[in-house]
Amino acid sequence: MSEENKNLNTPDNNENSQEYSLNDDRRVKTLSPGRLVAKRFFRNRVAVTGLIILAFMFVFSFIGGWITPYAEDQLFYREDEQNKQYAGVTENTELRYVVAEGESFPALAQAQFYLAQKSGEEEFSALGKNYSYKEEGEDFYSLYSKDGKIPVLIAFASKTIVSSSTGNEKVPFDLQYELLHCLNAKEKSFELDGVKYEVDDDGVLTKGGEEIAYASQYVVQAIMGDVYLTRSFKEELIDAISIGDTEFVFTDEDGTTAEYTITYNAATKAYSVLQTVSTRVFDTYSPPSGAHWLGTDRNGMDMLTRLMYGGRVSLYIGFIVVIIESVIGVILGGISGYFGGWVDNLIMRIVDIFYCIPSMPIIIILGAAMDAMRMDPQLRMVWLMLILGFLGWAGIARLVRGQILSLREQEFMTATEATGIRVSRRIFKHLIPNVIPQLIVTMTMSLGSTILIEATLSFLGLGVKFPFASWGNIINDVNDTHVLTNYWFIWIPAGICLVATVLAFNLVGDGLRDAFDPKMKR
Amino acid sequence: MKKFIIKRILISIVILIFVAFIIYILMRCLPTSYLEQVARQKSMQPGSKSFEEWMAQLSATYGMDKGIIPGFIAWCGKAIVGNFGDSWKWTVPVVEKFHDAIWISFIMGAISFVLELIIAIPLGIISATKQYSKTDYTITIVALTCYSLPTFFFASLLKLVFSVKLGWFDLGGLIGRNFDHLSSWGQFWDRAAHLVLPIFTLVVISIGSLMRYTRTNMLEVLNADYIRTARAKGLSERRVIYHHAFRNTLIPIVTIVGGSLPGLFSGALITETLYSIPGIGYVSYQSMVAGDIPFSMFYLVFLAILTLLGNLISDILYAVVDPRVRIA
Repeated sequence: MSEENKNLNTPDNNENSQEYSLNDDRRVKTLSPGRLVAKRFFRNRVAVTGLIILAFMFVFSFIGGWITPYAEDQLFYREDEQNKQYAGVTENTELRYVVAEGESFPALAQAQFYLAQKSGEEEFSALGKNYSYKEEGEDFYSLYSKDGKIPVLIAFASKTIVSSSTGNEKVPFDLQYELLHCLNAKEKSFELDGVKYEVDDDGVLTKGGEEIAYASQYVVQAIMGDVYLTRSFKEELIDAISIGDTEFVFTDEDGTTAEYTITYNAATKAYSVLQTVSTRVFDTYSPPSGAHWLGTDRNGMDMLTRLMYGGRVSLYIGFIVVIIESVIGVILGGISGYFGGWVDNLIMRIVDIFYCIPSMPIIIILGAAMDAMRMDPQLRMVWLMLILGFLGWAGIARLVRGQILSLREQEFMTATEATGIRVSRRIFKHLIPNVIPQLIVTMTMSLGSTILIEATLSFLGLGVKFPFASWGNIINDVNDTHVLTNYWFIWIPAGICLVATVLAFNLVGDGLRDAFDPKMKR
Repeated sequence: MKKFIIKRILISIVILIFVAFIIYILMRCLPTSYLEQVARQKSMQPGSKSFEEWMAQLSATYGMDKGIIPGFIAWCGKAIVGNFGDSWKWTVPVVEKFHDAIWISFIMGAISFVLELIIAIPLGIISATKQYSKTDYTITIVALTCYSLPTFFFASLLKLVFSVKLGWFDLGGLIGRNFDHLSSWGQFWDRAAHLVLPIFTLVVISIGSLMRYTRTNMLEVLNADYIRTARAKGLSERRVIYHHAFRNTLIPIVTIVGGSLPGLFSGALITETLYSIPGIGYVSYQSMVAGDIPFSMFYLVFLAILTLLGNLISDILYAVVDPRVRIA
């Protein structure tokens, strides 16, 4: 850049210039080469736009992650209403037969009874046995066996069903019979085996104030084995069904309120009751809201926060990889260019080899291997950087060597040789600084491409792994077509960040190249 | 010239051997491979041998029991006569699988390459001739945006717009659902329709660098003395640009284009994988992830050969196209 040390006559000085004589030093404004470059760079609007985007991305990733109220892998939950099968209710529309202990009333007898009842006959026989029946009330029949001298009550048929209030055990036959009898006669109490039982209007049977059984036309069964349905629940449920409600709310003894949905299935003539339970679930794929500006992702983590941390990871990896590349590239390129001869030949062949190694497939293979080893995500990230850096230095080495080859023939190098400066000092103090402009341009450009490679790998699931976020692995969700179609907020913002950052690096690199170029038109 | 080419070919072969060796070491040092999976599966079966025994047997079958250097020499010996062994994942000879997959990749590559040339070169030239105009800025930004687009993101966007929202194309694959019921003409169109999005992706992704390259070279030529002479002679601007400048811009472009010709066979790993096109890229991706050593080994060496070939072609072309270049 030494030839750039020229004086620049800037337009705003022209007005004052009349006051000075032509050879007056104040007529010209002197700018250092660095300031010239800066001036040319800032005149390039596109490059400045790139710089602004980059500045924004840095603030977004590094300061944003610090400001955001959430952590990188903080999980969010939401209360979700889920309907669970809770109980089934059938309205009893057919006569049910309850048989006394030790007796039997076979199906054929039941059929004969049905026929007899239809034709109005009082007696019937089945399987060689004679029976009689007596209509006790509406849909309530006592069935007697007439084989002995006196008819013996062996069973009864009723549409009303007696169930125990205290549990699922069976209510004794006698008690059932007496209860139904009582209900039919609209009596308030009866005595059985010396014990007094009370019956209320709803068909509830109590013994000494304690509820033991009840009669109802509906059969209510719990779907799950471990659920015991209380009588009050059953009663309220039946009330709701008889009104024709489809929803009802029940508060149990513990004070827990739950909502139930009742659906009627015409095919099985049964009602099924769904309990609406609110469960705590991961707040996955929730759309953008005040709390989560970009919604939440597949795991219920805040998308915006993930995006910030993802940017941090992407930028870190980009910078570290480029630094590794440059260090290796500059050292090897510098040595190769300075010494020439067999050293140059050897190093350049190594560069050729590295140029030839297909890096993307190699990284994919290594990524798959790291997957198989179940490597710790953090360690994996370090390896990823090392591998990317180690595979990418060849280009920089070539660039540095080419520049140094031409530089070392110049007079100032002869001067360093004449003054007896150390070789390492000659290379790194006098040659390398002259390569810095091209190096900076290349580094800026390769920052962009490194971020792209990292993102592609993470996208394929072979780069940065969960729980760490990276822009690539955020977009990875798109592999699920459902996400691609429905949840734009999951992947589009990450993609935009990625494109913007890489583009900004390229714009800045391009602008720098133009600014460093002394042949540039303006 | 002949001497130069022979020398270059010899150097390339040496480099290739080294590259192949490095790749071989890498493949052999991998902690897991497809063989282990197979051995594990087989040892799971009732009444089977133990995992170690299966592993030893499979290693012997596939020549994996030798040391790295003898193994590499054996591999080289077979590879020279075109025998790359049997693919573990696809259970067919590697070359056969390669033959199945390469043509679709080549067709995709060739079409997108031609489109790329048609679009990128004129735009690059326009951009250079109108340097610092609005057109130039627009083209520059478009070119750099294309260059910065991550393939996977762009492909996903295309899928969202053209497959999901508009429903014009299928999400992936090479043939549609009712491919078998179509006439041969219909089958052709079906395949063509499935290639539209992948080719579009490839063109857009790769267009940027060629456009920039053309622009830079054209600018360099336009700053040359003979262009000033041509203008001074009073030639029309058209003639100066399309006759004098363009021909000289072609020199570096032809070399780079020639050099990228072998790359047409390398397949587009990411694009093919995203669109599930069964080309060489997708097939290799599946092999590599599964740890199929013979196929991956073949593919990597194949890529290295293509790169070397590309460099060789561009060097030779450089000398052929530009008579000023003398080869030492």
